[in-house]
Amino acid sequence: MSGVPVLSFLIAIPLLAGMAALFVGAHAARWVALVATLVDLALGILLWRAYVPGGPQWQFVEHVAIGGPLGWSLGIDGIALMLIMLSVFLMPICIGASWRAIETRVPEYMAAFLLMEALMLGVFAAQDLLLFYIFFEGGLIPMYLIIGIWGGPERIKASYKFFLYTLAGSVLMLIAMLVMIGQTGTTSIPVLMVANFTPSLQAWLWLAFFASFAVKLPMWPVHTWLPDAHVQAPTAGSVILAGVLLKLGGYGFIRFSLPMFPEASAQFLPLVFTLSGIAVVYTSLVALVQRDMKKLVAYSSVAHMAFVTFGLFAFNRQGIEGAMLVMLSHGLVSGALFLCVGVIYDRLHTREIARYGGLSNNMPGYALLFMLFTMASVGLPGTSGFVGEFLSLTGTYRASSWGAVVATTGIILGAAYMLYLYWRIAFGTSMHADAAAMPDLDAREWWLLAPIAAVVLWMGVYPESFLHPMRDDVGRLLTRIERAAPPGDARLSTGAPAPALKAQH
Amino acid sequence: MHAIILILIVFLPLFAAIVAGLGGRVIGRVPAKVVTTGALFLSCALSWPIFVRFLTGSAQPAVVPVLDWIHSGDMAVDWALRVDTLTAVMLVVVTTVSSLVHLYSWGYMEEDPSQPRFFAYLSLFTFAMLMLVTADSLVQMFFGWEGVGLASYLLIGFWYYKPSANAAALKAFVVNRVGDFGFSLGIFGTFLVFGTVSIPAILAAAPAMAGSTLHFAGMTGSTMTVLCLLLFVGAMGKSAQIGLHTWLPDAMEGPTPVSALIHAATMVTAGVFMVCRLSPMFVTSETAMTVVTYVGAATCIFAATIGCVQNDIKRVIAYSTCSQLGYMFFAAGTGAFGAAMFHLFTHAFFKALLFLGAGSVIHAMHHEQDMRYYGALRKDIPITFWTMIAGTLAITGVGIAGVFGFAGFYSKDSILEAAFANGSVHGGIAWFLGSLAALLTSFYSWRLIFLTFFGPARWAASEHIQHALQGEHHDDPSAEHGDSAHDAHAVPATGSGGYHPHESPPTMLVPLILLAVGAVFAGIGFGRFFVSPEGAGAFWRGSLAFNEELAHAAHHVPWLVSLTPTIVMLIGLALAHRNYIRVPDAPAAFVATFPGLHRFLTHKWYFDEIYAILFVRPAFRIGRFFWHRGDERTIDRFGPHGAATLVGFGNRVTARFQSGYVTNYALVMLLGLIGAASWALWWAR
Repeated sequence: MSGVPVLSFLIAIPLLAGMAALFVGAHAARWVALVATLVDLALGILLWRAYVPGGPQWQFVEHVAIGGPLGWSLGIDGIALMLIMLSVFLMPICIGASWRAIETRVPEYMAAFLLMEALMLGVFAAQDLLLFYIFFEGGLIPMYLIIGIWGGPERIKASYKFFLYTLAGSVLMLIAMLVMIGQTGTTSIPVLMVANFTPSLQAWLWLAFFASFAVKLPMWPVHTWLPDAHVQAPTAGSVILAGVLLKLGGYGFIRFSLPMFPEASAQFLPLVFTLSGIAVVYTSLVALVQRDMKKLVAYSSVAHMAFVTFGLFAFNRQGIEGAMLVMLSHGLVSGALFLCVGVIYDRLHTREIARYGGLSNNMPGYALLFMLFTMASVGLPGTSGFVGEFLSLTGTYRASSWGAVVATTGIILGAAYMLYLYWRIAFGTSMHADAAAMPDLDAREWWLLAPIAAVVLWMGVYPESFLHPMRDDVGRLLTRIERAAPPGDARLSTGAPAPALKAQH
Repeated sequence: MHAIILILIVFLPLFAAIVAGLGGRVIGRVPAKVVTTGALFLSCALSWPIFVRFLTGSAQPAVVPVLDWIHSGDMAVDWALRVDTLTAVMLVVVTTVSSLVHLYSWGYMEEDPSQPRFFAYLSLFTFAMLMLVTADSLVQMFFGWEGVGLASYLLIGFWYYKPSANAAALKAFVVNRVGDFGFSLGIFGTFLVFGTVSIPAILAAAPAMAGSTLHFAGMTGSTMTVLCLLLFVGAMGKSAQIGLHTWLPDAMEGPTPVSALIHAATMVTAGVFMVCRLSPMFVTSETAMTVVTYVGAATCIFAATIGCVQNDIKRVIAYSTCSQLGYMFFAAGTGAFGAAMFHLFTHAFFKALLFLGAGSVIHAMHHEQDMRYYGALRKDIPITFWTMIAGTLAITGVGIAGVFGFAGFYSKDSILEAAFANGSVHGGIAWFLGSLAALLTSFYSWRLIFLTFFGPARWAASEHIQHALQGEHHDDPSAEHGDSAHDAHAVPATGSGGYHPHESPPTMLVPLILLAVGAVFAGIGFGRFFVSPEGAGAFWRGSLAFNEELAHAAHHVPWLVSLTPTIVMLIGLALAHRNYIRVPDAPAAFVATFPGLHRFLTHKWYFDEIYAILFVRPAFRIGRFFWHRGDERTIDRFGPHGAATLVGFGNRVTARFQSGYVTNYALVMLLGLIGAASWALWWAR
């Protein structure tokens, strides 16, 4: 595939299809979007197959000078590859989920989604700081439109909150980027990743980037836009928001904060761990008392994202690889959970948990898949949720046993709120005749959920497929940051080995 | 050892679960049952030869690699099946009880509309349990650990339309997760200290770590003590030890075959298995061993006291299970790992037998579970009666040394003797509490037999029997419920009401008879392998920390000590006989004399009430507080809303938003931002 600008194609296809969708009728627009996203998925699979793990750090590199400091520089490493795969995998599912749910302004809707796909892929592929910024912030626009136009009754308030939060972070990040360019005279991300800023400057830059990434992820206490945005967004909007947009924050930490400012990252580790620890306990307890399904899943996302920040700032391999797997797994699982909410929302037009119950009776297929995703969300071994959670917590323990103790309470609380949700939705008896009369999943819905289920199990049983492409890149990151790695608090001091207390045979 | 055999043993149940679970609707009810039951009998048939070869010493421990799993730096975990003596014991216990329970369920679940689902869950459970016992690494053990937890959750909540079943299932999962919290931290810590999660590697390195210290969450402790105690928290959750036991009695909401398989014979013993598997690690920490002993001894006596006042036949057996698990733990804690495994082995047979027998009684009594409405059943259901007698003789430990004894006689005696022979303070306390619990065991076990099979028939007052007599269609087995449905203080009138209980079908009786054979002969047949100072070392071959010195000492305890279990057993029998046969008014008189004690016991030492006050209600209250006060009134007020107001254009912005210019506004803002950035850069250049 050398010589072919695959990444440009990957970005151009949805972009062009999005424009095309604007000029056709509603039904044709759906098909255009579906075909375009499926082609992108196929291209993504080719990309994955062509990617050489253990090869050069940056592969499929393209560079075209646009003029001025701005360059069309693309290229990916294994970490970006995995997130690109997540995006191209979820996109056709989002289009499928909107197939019948969206009936007004369909061409514009499909165009917004395709534009979003192009921008998301651009974020992960960009090698130029300004290009990255444009994609990163540009992604706000279609999401903002999707919530603001096709959202629920309180969409205005939600999109306002969403916009204000993310904008506040963006401004600071932009200033920081300009300072970095001024200091080094380059906009190349690979060059900046090995640039050494003075520790005092690092601290300011780190904080500015943190403002943006913490909002995107989101971390406590800048998370309150997420539940509102999810509740108001259409199903597919929630899927992409939880599945890909939240990952931008984690990607930002791994691509910018850690390699560019290792000393500052170590310096602010207590801050990150404290906020993450609060997030696990706080948002899990809030999730427990939610009456709206989407809000519950949204709050659970905040708790799960805390595992990402714990893992990333653990400064060791298990932590970082675990954080990446948590991101991939959460992208699939929370996306699937939002689809599950969408399935019954489409039937009854309410997200109130109390209106459902006993769905195992009339929707056994739905109950089965919902159970699988619930278990993946609580991190049952054998599902994708476990591997990431386990590795990131292992890494956390090496960095801070206190952090691990607080983070691990998440496995208790997570089980409590997810199973309590499942009980109220799928078990018990139906209190309402309309809920009891809902039909089981149709073929389209099976096509949306079954592929995710398959990947969730694949990642749980054989995560090597996903860890392998990232291994060298995590290794490079580790060699970059290890000089700043703080010592863990779990100090082991070996005394003289005492004789075994009991005779052993 | 052929690798393929081991793979078949473990994966046949998984295959069957998938076929029955996903294809049950397609292939139909009977094929689903045939596939699952057939797979289990095949697994069982393949397991016994392995066990026999370990008995004869002709088999070698082996590890069969299956697939790579998690590789992250120095963390390397693979799917692999390990078999040694300890695993071989568990293989036969799990597959034997599971296949018999599958068979039993043909009869017991006959009326249930979703049988394929039930059998799929049972097979899935068996697969997870087999993965647990064949684990070569702590992480795979955790896989099995959580897998059995999932199956247990699904099976407790099998009748998902019952609120009580759902509550019990949720409670079981969450309480087990509290244990898993400790187990997980234990795994993380073990990895930190040893740099590996491979069990053989950890066990080999453990002795060298004794004497080192480890910082954990602000404290400093002996490394091995910290790790063992964290792991032990996991064992406490799974094996329902005091403090984390509250889920087990509630788990009786599940169908009775489930109680027999999961909540008596196999899953709940996983904690004991874990401690035995990691015994070379535990023996390096005297503190951990002491804690294990105290927790086991406390559970053993505490659960037995509650078992004495329960009226629901299944709950009596559930508390009995809890208590017997306590025996196994204090055996492990006093260093008698062989005795712990021996009791695990015999207990699997006689406790599964008692549960299945109880199921047969419940079946005969039209889903009535309250023993106060039983009585005089020995003539009507003779096979159930005699097999349950065998189970009771086994659990109470009837036997004469050197002649013959039922299963529990050998295993329980070896535990008590080892605790005494240990010579430490905690060993002595465990011996005393264990002997006292043996008295109570005898009392509640015979109380169950006397209330159920002897005395006058008290069936007429039972609602279930009345339903049956009125010919109402009420065959749904999910009508099982506890004594909550009845007035707790009513004394049921005597009389059969014209009801005729019927003996269960052969599919249910065959498992009972086979398990009864186990309950009678498992002790005398296998004692020399599991615990005897001569043969056990060669049998275990290092798969657990067998202490030959202790085994010798246990053989030479004073004669009064070895006679104690028999004496207390007879006292318990006599007390039960007096209270429930000779002087039927005695229990009521006892309650009248000690109302406080009785209330304390019927409320199960108030654990549930205390936990509700300490944990459950505060969790919801704090959650609501964080949501409304934290998110809505603090973060939002001072965050987005505050920001808008502060800069003074909040009102205008909101007005603009509401008038529909949202999208334009956003676009303008962003384009402006991008423009500004570009300009700044041009300028900077």
